[in-house]
Amino acid sequence: MAGSKWYKPYLLGGLAGLLLTASVLFANQFFGTSTTFPRAATWLVDLVGIDLSHLPFYQVRSGALTGASFPDWQLLFVVGIGIGAFISSLLTGTFKLESLPPMWVARFGDRLGLRIVHSLIGGVLVMIGARMAGGCPSGHGVSGVSQLGVSSLLALVMFFVGGIITARLIYRGGK
Amino acid sequence: MTLIMGLVTGIFFGILLQQAEALRFERQVGAMRLQDMTIVKFMLSTIIVGSIGIHLLADLGMISFAPRALSLGLQIVGGLLFGIGWALIGYCPGTSVGALSEGRLHVIWPIIGMLLGGLIFAFIYPLVQTYLRPLGSYGALSLPALLGVNHWLVIGVLVVVALLLFSFFERKGL
Repeated sequence: MAGSKWYKPYLLGGLAGLLLTASVLFANQFFGTSTTFPRAATWLVDLVGIDLSHLPFYQVRSGALTGASFPDWQLLFVVGIGIGAFISSLLTGTFKLESLPPMWVARFGDRLGLRIVHSLIGGVLVMIGARMAGGCPSGHGVSGVSQLGVSSLLALVMFFVGGIITARLIYRGGK
Repeated sequence: MTLIMGLVTGIFFGILLQQAEALRFERQVGAMRLQDMTIVKFMLSTIIVGSIGIHLLADLGMISFAPRALSLGLQIVGGLLFGIGWALIGYCPGTSVGALSEGRLHVIWPIIGMLLGGLIFAFIYPLVQTYLRPLGSYGALSLPALLGVNHWLVIGVLVVVALLLFSFFERKGL
């Protein structure tokens, strides 16, 4: 069933383009998700009582990059993605509990410890990279390229250059 | 109101991503391994419709926007770091949350990694601003402004390139 229709990614992607247009028109908001991660991280650190407010990062646009800006449009957008994916996967029977990605297991075996190491290193790189570049595949890739921004086009190309080279090194020769 | 709009927009986007199977590790890493172009098809389709939509609205004077500032240092170094990490974890920030919701519990580790990365970025922020941002910094620059042509010409070329790519993907069964 799922995936058998060749036009599905085009149709659904096109609808996402209409959704982006409507979001800009009615809420003046372009898609983006990555800033929510430093915001959530600083919010959590604050919650456990660690005070980092001396960092210059906390003063940028009066706290716009930290948990102080919660709740904001983007946080709700990210939460919404989770709710939408949950509903959609339940309704179509594609919800599936998984403890390791099958493709990763085919290359590295059933090794939770190694997966955690990959995930933490990779996750740190992804977020430092996204915040440095000024966006992720949604903020730069979709929103920024739709605006025909040179910075976004460059960032999107670099995401794939880094990703393709690294995937080649990690999964070399494998199926 | 803005918050409710964010939630509703997110729910629709989550449904579209999930239906397209774009949230899956196999689709993301499959694209980077050049074996499965599902996420590229989705993303380029969104960009085509989105760029036409927002430029139409801008021409009608209903919205205005400016591209994000260009800094060769930030986008090249940041983009490459992102790409390396993306291949390791198999998710990007937005899709990670959706993947968790469709039961792929292992994505909790990349999410913890990304939260850590967000915190580390808070510490290195001044260094990034001081040393990386000034490298090739050009401010908000759009492709039509750079090339000195009308934006519809750029969008037209973008559409043609995307359609050629799509036809290549379909012929190769990617």
